[in-house]
Amino acid sequence: MRTDRLVLGAFLALLLMVPAILSPYYVTLLNYIGLYAMVALGLVLLTGVGGLTSFGQAAFVGLGAYTTAALTTATDLPAWLAWVGASPWFTLVAGLLITAAVAVLLGSLTLKLSGHFLPLGTIAWGISLYFLFGTMQSLGGHTGITGIPPIELFGWTLDGGGEIFYLIWAFLLLGMLTTHNLLDSREGRAIRALKGGRVMAEAMGVDTGRARMIIFVIAALLACASGWLYAHMQRFVNPTPFGVHIGIEYLFMAVVGGAGYVWGAIVGAGVITVLKQWLQDWLPSLLGASGNFEMIVFGILMVLVLHRAREGLWPILKKLVPMRTIHKTIDAQAEPLPRRTLPAPGTLILEAKDVTRRFGGLVANNNMSLEVKAGEILALIGPNGAGKSTMFNQISGVDTPTSGEVLFLGKPVAGRDSREIARMGMSRTFQHVKLLPTMSVLENVAIGAHLRSHKGVLSSAWRLDRAEEARILKEAAHQIERVGLKDHMFDEAGSLALGQQRILEIARALCADPCLLLLDEPAAGLRYKEKQALAELLKRLRSEGMATLIVEHDMDFVMNLVDRVVVMEFGQKIAEGLPEEVQQNPAVLEAYLGGVE
Amino acid sequence: MTQQTQASAPSNASAKNPVLEVKELCVSYGKVEALTNASITVGEGQIVTVIGPNGAGKTTMLSAIMGVLGSRGQVAFDGSLEVVPEVERMVARGMTLVPEKRELFGEMSVEDNLVLGAFQRYRMGKRDHAQTLEEVYALFPRLKERRDQHAGTMSGGERQMLAVGRALMAKPKLLMLDEPSLGLAPLIVREIFRIISELRRRGVSILLVEQNARAALQVADYAYVLETGQIAMQGPAHELADDPRVIEAYLGFGGKHQAMLST
Amino acid sequence: MDMSIALILGQDGITNGAIYALLALALVLVFAVTRVIFIQQGEFVAYGALTLAMMQSGATPATVWLLVAMGGLVTAFDGLKALKAGQMQRAGMVAGWNLAYPLALVAVLSALPVNELPLVLQVVLTLAIVVPMGPMMYRLMYQPIASAPVLILLIVSVALHIAMVGLGLLFFGAEGHRTPAFSELSFDLGPLMVTGQTIWVLVVSVLLIVALYQFFERTLYGKALRATAINRVGAQLMGISPALAGKLTFFLAAFIGALSGVLIAPITTIYYDTGFLIGLKGFVAAIIGGLASYPIAALGAIAVGLLEAFASFWASAYKEVIVFTLIIPVLLWRSLTSHHVEEEE
Repeated sequence: MRTDRLVLGAFLALLLMVPAILSPYYVTLLNYIGLYAMVALGLVLLTGVGGLTSFGQAAFVGLGAYTTAALTTATDLPAWLAWVGASPWFTLVAGLLITAAVAVLLGSLTLKLSGHFLPLGTIAWGISLYFLFGTMQSLGGHTGITGIPPIELFGWTLDGGGEIFYLIWAFLLLGMLTTHNLLDSREGRAIRALKGGRVMAEAMGVDTGRARMIIFVIAALLACASGWLYAHMQRFVNPTPFGVHIGIEYLFMAVVGGAGYVWGAIVGAGVITVLKQWLQDWLPSLLGASGNFEMIVFGILMVLVLHRAREGLWPILKKLVPMRTIHKTIDAQAEPLPRRTLPAPGTLILEAKDVTRRFGGLVANNNMSLEVKAGEILALIGPNGAGKSTMFNQISGVDTPTSGEVLFLGKPVAGRDSREIARMGMSRTFQHVKLLPTMSVLENVAIGAHLRSHKGVLSSAWRLDRAEEARILKEAAHQIERVGLKDHMFDEAGSLALGQQRILEIARALCADPCLLLLDEPAAGLRYKEKQALAELLKRLRSEGMATLIVEHDMDFVMNLVDRVVVMEFGQKIAEGLPEEVQQNPAVLEAYLGGVE
Repeated sequence: MTQQTQASAPSNASAKNPVLEVKELCVSYGKVEALTNASITVGEGQIVTVIGPNGAGKTTMLSAIMGVLGSRGQVAFDGSLEVVPEVERMVARGMTLVPEKRELFGEMSVEDNLVLGAFQRYRMGKRDHAQTLEEVYALFPRLKERRDQHAGTMSGGERQMLAVGRALMAKPKLLMLDEPSLGLAPLIVREIFRIISELRRRGVSILLVEQNARAALQVADYAYVLETGQIAMQGPAHELADDPRVIEAYLGFGGKHQAMLST
Repeated sequence: MDMSIALILGQDGITNGAIYALLALALVLVFAVTRVIFIQQGEFVAYGALTLAMMQSGATPATVWLLVAMGGLVTAFDGLKALKAGQMQRAGMVAGWNLAYPLALVAVLSALPVNELPLVLQVVLTLAIVVPMGPMMYRLMYQPIASAPVLILLIVSVALHIAMVGLGLLFFGAEGHRTPAFSELSFDLGPLMVTGQTIWVLVVSVLLIVALYQFFERTLYGKALRATAINRVGAQLMGISPALAGKLTFFLAAFIGALSGVLIAPITTIYYDTGFLIGLKGFVAAIIGGLASYPIAALGAIAVGLLEAFASFWASAYKEVIVFTLIIPVLLWRSLTSHHVEEEE
């Protein structure tokens, strides 16, 4: 029996017994912790995993609570709507739909902007909604709505703290399971790449805008469900628990508990809720005045957590329970992922025609032309600052030429985003390695297969994606073995040497099954043996019909490997030809060896 | 290629009064070590160069000496040991770095850029920047012509001059230059190297990181070769310039082209 | 609505707008230099207003004890560090500014009959108490994590906002205060009665903006802050440390905040938690300027002030909803003009 399952089993057994063994006060406290943890769980996904944040989650909770409160208590609903108010289960669906619509609207306004506009927007909208709840007379104004019916489930009326306890925790555990499954999937890897890996993820075909929207909506839905449960537990709602300061408290829960971890949500909600109870009893008598003085402690506590333990409490707690890390298993029987048919050797794959790029007065590329054919390796070389990176950016579609054009498989690259270019079959590595340092080598490489697989959020959440997932992991493992990183397959990517990280990028690029490979200084930082191995790999790929463009500095590496060389200096092509020819070219020698006199 | 070990390597014995003595400097990015036990010495009035392939850790080394990056090891500057180098303190004590990316203040005028170079001196009460400004203008007349222009609108060569000029405003004892010839036309590269020689004549010690190895070896007194984060070779610059291993590693054209080089 | 009402609303809008403009400028400055989103700006406004009110009621403003506590912590961290490094002079400086100065203020406040002092001295004392909290706050709360992602810095700001509101309740109580106007003067301008306080707000705002402009254009310290905002690495290499730039910026922001509080206290009743909404309106303006442009932020602030004034006439219950919903079209416009996939810092 695995320790983690044992601990989990014990936790669930304890939960089942709670209403029987604890006094109503503690059951109520645990009900609140469950409700708060559900909101905090959304923030784990949003903030800890996705690198976004919202101070307005309380407003989503309010949407859920007010939707059900208004619909279930209304007496004068129009006929076409009246049936919704008949059961809380209908209003739950209504609340989720409304919340999703609002979240999509807000998300489409703010998610394209830099990360700090979203939280600022959520503060503003959180305040607006709070005032709206308070001023709309149809919603009861500041007094709120009373007489909300209890939830009924299979004829069982959940009208006491002990009864609704099970429903709250069932919802929470379901939310946690769903989130956990989602993160361990194709979509999950895309979501985990949002924090610090967006440019890379886009180059691998991930629509990061969509991934951001997904987690924003999921977080809002979790908050809405919490609000629905809250309304039927309290049987009464008013605006107070949905203000922006409560929204801030939810974020505190996620951060204190451990924003990067699913279990952090429960830990954070538990700590903050219990601490709040305790401080509310204790502080006013200490300070001799009444008021929300616990906020002072929370504020300071929060700053201390961010200074001293930015990962929150969960990683610290986790160390107390010794657990083996469980590696993923690679299913050798899994069916291979579909492959594209590579163009016949000699087919023109990439063509740059008279590419000129100006930055203000600076001409970074001047009339550059080059072509790469299937089954050929072309090297683009030149001194630092010669304009190779600018050229590389235009070929990979990151930058657009001022004049001239780049054609990939006969179609212009300009005007297409990184995703589209990746889909067409171009795959690249980065000069400054871009990988997700805390994810395993295997998972990093698996991101490369994003476009070769299709299972979405719902399949992932409910584990309907396992067959495809096995195929993805098998492909990733295959590419890792191919580039010689087999021994590091389960290591954290960030623990590899810089040279190995570059090799990892090649495996990731290969995982996309490209027909053109763009490599930006692949040999930098490699030792002699590693360079030889890399050269062997690239030769093998060439024999399979791959077209490869290498930007490189290391002459030895280039000269013994490639078919043709293009030499750049000051943004222009100064030579082109076979390696032996280029080495004899006086202009090239001058560019590389040129002295001072 | 055989790598000389640190122990058997010669040291920069020609450095009589070391301005900078770096011992066993290590820098890690996360779990990856980017610089391992690098020890270098720069003598007073010397030009010392560090050459090596991209990704070898040259920029990392300069950043660590300057205190921009955290490091382990010893950095002794101008006779006293810095336990943890801090940028402001290093600037105040007379060390400046001209970074590879220049890092100019693009939306400010050339003159404002220069004056800011004297910020640390100004802060310490040495308000002689007007005079220093004239000296820098004398060295770079072009900057004087463009004094009111925004730094961001200048050409590559002018930007590099401005970056060097700005560093000189701090009246440094040690000037560290990271790839000063990067992306510049030969005429301007020549001009930059002329100025480097001129600065040495005025008593400024210089630590030069270059990938234009040949040019660097021509102006330098002493040179270090950095590979995958370690000092692989060192010696007087003129000796390294003729060392076939250096030529092979840097120029990649093999020994057979050495004849061409010397013509 | 007739013309005279429109004029009165316009006057209110512009007066409040001027305050929002000052706050918006400070927010843009703080963000540009330190990447900190200065949510707690509003608390400096409230602390400024309520410290003055407390002085006028004859009590020793409790904020001075916060200053003593923060100063004590700074002395403990920096003073000890300097002592360990053998930098005696530095240790003395740290203790002087962070320990001796707050204590001296306590002495002055308890020795003088503060409620009988002329208003201008009360204002000076208010600023002397509240403004140094800015740099101290930077030192204690942000400097240790200065290179953290914007998001982390933002959460710290929000946490500090929460803590400051709680402390505000402790210091000032739950009741609101309104201080007497700087001048009882008023005159008629056509159908409009212009009050002395309005003139004060407008004149001080304009003077402050001009002074800030001069500071950034003419002085080396001002240029150093601009340089830090343009290129942090470059500035650091010139010896302009992020810590120095941060403290200086927070000094300016705290000054602007506290002064705004002093200016607005005779116009609006200020409660311990009023600052948040005032500060956020500065934010709406700053966001209109994309957290980057000073002139657009200032114009946006006037627009926010006017919108608020007219909204309070037409739909006073929905005033706040309208002002904060304004942010949505602004964000939409910003969103439509931005196309980049960028890496978050």
